[in-house]
Amino acid sequence: MVKITVNGREHALDLDPETPLLWVIREHIGLTGTKYGCGIAQCGACTVFLNGAAVRACSTPLSAAAGGSILTIEGLESAQGRAIQAAWAELDVVQCGFCQSGQIMSATALLTQNPSPTDADIDAAMSGNICRCATYARIRSAIKQAAAALA
Amino acid sequence: MRNRIENLSRRVFLKQGLAVGAGLTLGIHLGAVPRRLDAAPGATALPEELAPNAFVRIGTDDSVTVIVKHLEMGQGTYTGLPTLVAEELDARWDQVRVEGAPADAERYNNLFWGPAQGTGGSTSMANSWEQMRKAGAVARQLLVEAAAKRWKVDPQEIQVRDGQLSHASGQLASFGELAEAAAELPVPEDVFLKDPEAFRLIGDAALRRKDTADKIDGSARYTQDVALPGLLTAVVAHPPRFGARLKSLDAEAALAIEGVEKVVQIPSGVAVLAGDFWTAKRGRDRLTIAWDESDALRLGSDEILEQYKALAEGPGAVATAEGDAETALGSAAKVIAADFAVPFLAHASMEPLNCVILPEEDGVRVINGEQSQTRTQAGVAEVLGLEPGQVSIEMLYAGSSFGRRGNPRADFTSEAAEIFKAAGGKTPIKLQWTREDDTRAGWYRPLFFHRVRAGLDAEGKPVAWHQRIVGQSIAADAGMEARMVVDGVDRLSVEGAANLAYAVPNLYVDLHSPKLPVPVQWWRSVGHTHTAFAVECVIDELAEAAGRDPVDFRMELLEGHPRHQGVLRLAAEKAGWGEPLPDGKARGAAVHASFNSYVAQVAEVSVRGKAFSVDRVVIAVDCGIAVNPDVIKAQMEGGMGYGLAAALVSSLTLKDGRVEQSNFHDYQVLRMDKMPEVEVHILPSAEAPTGVGEPATPVIAPAVANALAAATGQRLRTLPLELA
Ligand code: FES
Ligand code: FES
Repeated sequence: MVKITVNGREHALDLDPETPLLWVIREHIGLTGTKYGCGIAQCGACTVFLNGAAVRACSTPLSAAAGGSILTIEGLESAQGRAIQAAWAELDVVQCGFCQSGQIMSATALLTQNPSPTDADIDAAMSGNICRCATYARIRSAIKQAAAALA
Repeated sequence: MRNRIENLSRRVFLKQGLAVGAGLTLGIHLGAVPRRLDAAPGATALPEELAPNAFVRIGTDDSVTVIVKHLEMGQGTYTGLPTLVAEELDARWDQVRVEGAPADAERYNNLFWGPAQGTGGSTSMANSWEQMRKAGAVARQLLVEAAAKRWKVDPQEIQVRDGQLSHASGQLASFGELAEAAAELPVPEDVFLKDPEAFRLIGDAALRRKDTADKIDGSARYTQDVALPGLLTAVVAHPPRFGARLKSLDAEAALAIEGVEKVVQIPSGVAVLAGDFWTAKRGRDRLTIAWDESDALRLGSDEILEQYKALAEGPGAVATAEGDAETALGSAAKVIAADFAVPFLAHASMEPLNCVILPEEDGVRVINGEQSQTRTQAGVAEVLGLEPGQVSIEMLYAGSSFGRRGNPRADFTSEAAEIFKAAGGKTPIKLQWTREDDTRAGWYRPLFFHRVRAGLDAEGKPVAWHQRIVGQSIAADAGMEARMVVDGVDRLSVEGAANLAYAVPNLYVDLHSPKLPVPVQWWRSVGHTHTAFAVECVIDELAEAAGRDPVDFRMELLEGHPRHQGVLRLAAEKAGWGEPLPDGKARGAAVHASFNSYVAQVAEVSVRGKAFSVDRVVIAVDCGIAVNPDVIKAQMEGGMGYGLAAALVSSLTLKDGRVEQSNFHDYQVLRMDKMPEVEVHILPSAEAPTGVGEPATPVIAPAVANALAAATGQRLRTLPLELA
């Protein structure tokens, strides 16, 4: 049995401890906002917070999250998360949307650590998140807009 | 022929002539729109709802539901098509909801594709432009008539605005309050459409996307997210080389894994089924398989390119022959000779391919972000021995596609059907490809080689253009030769070259279509991905050879093509064309028409040694009436970004028949740090709307190559671009 807390709810899971957190969240807990895009920590579609830090859930085994607290897109409630979502909506950042849970989680992590990121900060924090629809220009604008809204 | 809805079981679908042949795109008569909905999934109407045609439903709760026949894969169909309905209906944008249409080619065919339902070729808005407006106008007229009856006034005196009907007498009613009464009225055969000056939603850049809310909180549903009782997830072992077949299989180790339910052989490989993805994938990875590779391709990309070059030595099938290019080249004052090569490319959609199939009472149901309903129905039905009509499709969002989900042979949906069948045909299954499967399973943008010779006369005017193109035929792999190959020329291989817009009196374009067992397919903007690169680079070289400014040179040769000129002029002006730049920076331009739209781009690059960056791209587009200016802008940004990936980093290569790349660490795509600043300008137009999903993609590679040439003098003719 491995215990984890996801969006404030505790779960006891009888699973192979090597199971990637991504599939635990998606298929065993049933929260599907976190996506599978590559499985090897290359695309960021699976980004969640583990004990407050953004991690790639596809490459984090359940064992590494044991006893930990996980936050997914469905549980995003912080001021930064809300501001990011609001800016995303105002600028209509999304296209297909498949990468966007991960983008929003990474952007929220960025603003939480750095309330006024520069372009270089945004490049550094967001280059692990692929968007094949190439919504990057809007993601950049939305992060800045959210930062301004929080300031 | 009027059909009243009384209850669900009595609802009859009137098979009127909506499924007309290709070509009849305008002048759709409203009588041709089926008047009442049947009980097909995804498009059912309650008795008290106003559902005058297959595209709109108005509920007593004041909701306006627009049934969208095209897949939403990011390009904005779930916003654009409802905009058309809401405009003519004078609905409030916030009362509009969207529903994906069921599979039903009679009602929901792509009007440009004859009797086929599907999304592609940047046709969604263009083919729906009149149909969806009429669907809205009919509903509006019924509401007006219902109000006129209730209020005992002349319908002409009734105003409709923002979801409300009103009369000077002070009467007011919402759509919802009138829906039931309006549903009792006969559906009009013909209606008036608005004058464009009266548009309130069409053209409104502030209108927001309908799918944003679901896509920012994780609730949007994709095929990957489907969960059903008893659902088994299938992960497939595909052969390592194209043309290989299964020789022997040892599934013992896979079956020993707790949770692996079944291992089944299918024509495309071996599928492992389990209650969850991770278990199925672990099982797949433990299969021991021997492949029969006697017929498998063993070539590498380099060898294929060498073979293509050899082919280019001899004449191909003639796509265009105007004047006498050979003689004119012989007497030209200056001749430019240039070879271009572009690699295979995977679509690398964000959501790796997948498909759900489950048994239904009289057939099966597919749950999918479906780009090609008619093909999937046919493919799945064939595998399962059903009639296509027994395959229903529940539409979800697609995590992008770029053409891939509209596979011409329904490859992955048929594979799902094979697994469903092999697993007994009673259990719901979800086929889920890994990223590695998605990268390696073929159906690529083909590798292409172009050899161009172009001549200038003594005054620096182009007199001859000879372009020889070598690459696999997409139409052949699609089984669409009958429709798309004329005199040996697949128009998808030469589009954008055979119809050169520049005034060159002697033009000759010919084509070789070698066959390879690597399946190829349309990839965002299809043939234009390579023809625009070759053409726009050559024209730039000609300008340089003529000692002319590349934009002026193009403008002059585009005489008689005002829409090309319009976008080029606008992009150049907004980009500050001609204004000095600091050392190491330069601009390059390109203009290209595709999918009946016109796009010009000016790219600004910085060069430091062999490294360079694309700093800014200014885009001008003419796509007719701009229905959703902000969606168009997004498609220009994203379409350019998709093409920029191919210009800068993406390349799928074969070595000894194997695909060398597997995932995003080696199949590189565009990331945030390489995304330039983008500016989009839309040319005002009164023409009917045309495509926006694809036309920005092919323009960026030549714009960047031309900018690099301006900065360094190096003419790069191979993608991805690399400075020497
Ligand atoms: S799925 Fe985890 S980084 Fe791509
Ligand atoms: S919005 Fe489609 S991949 Fe990012």
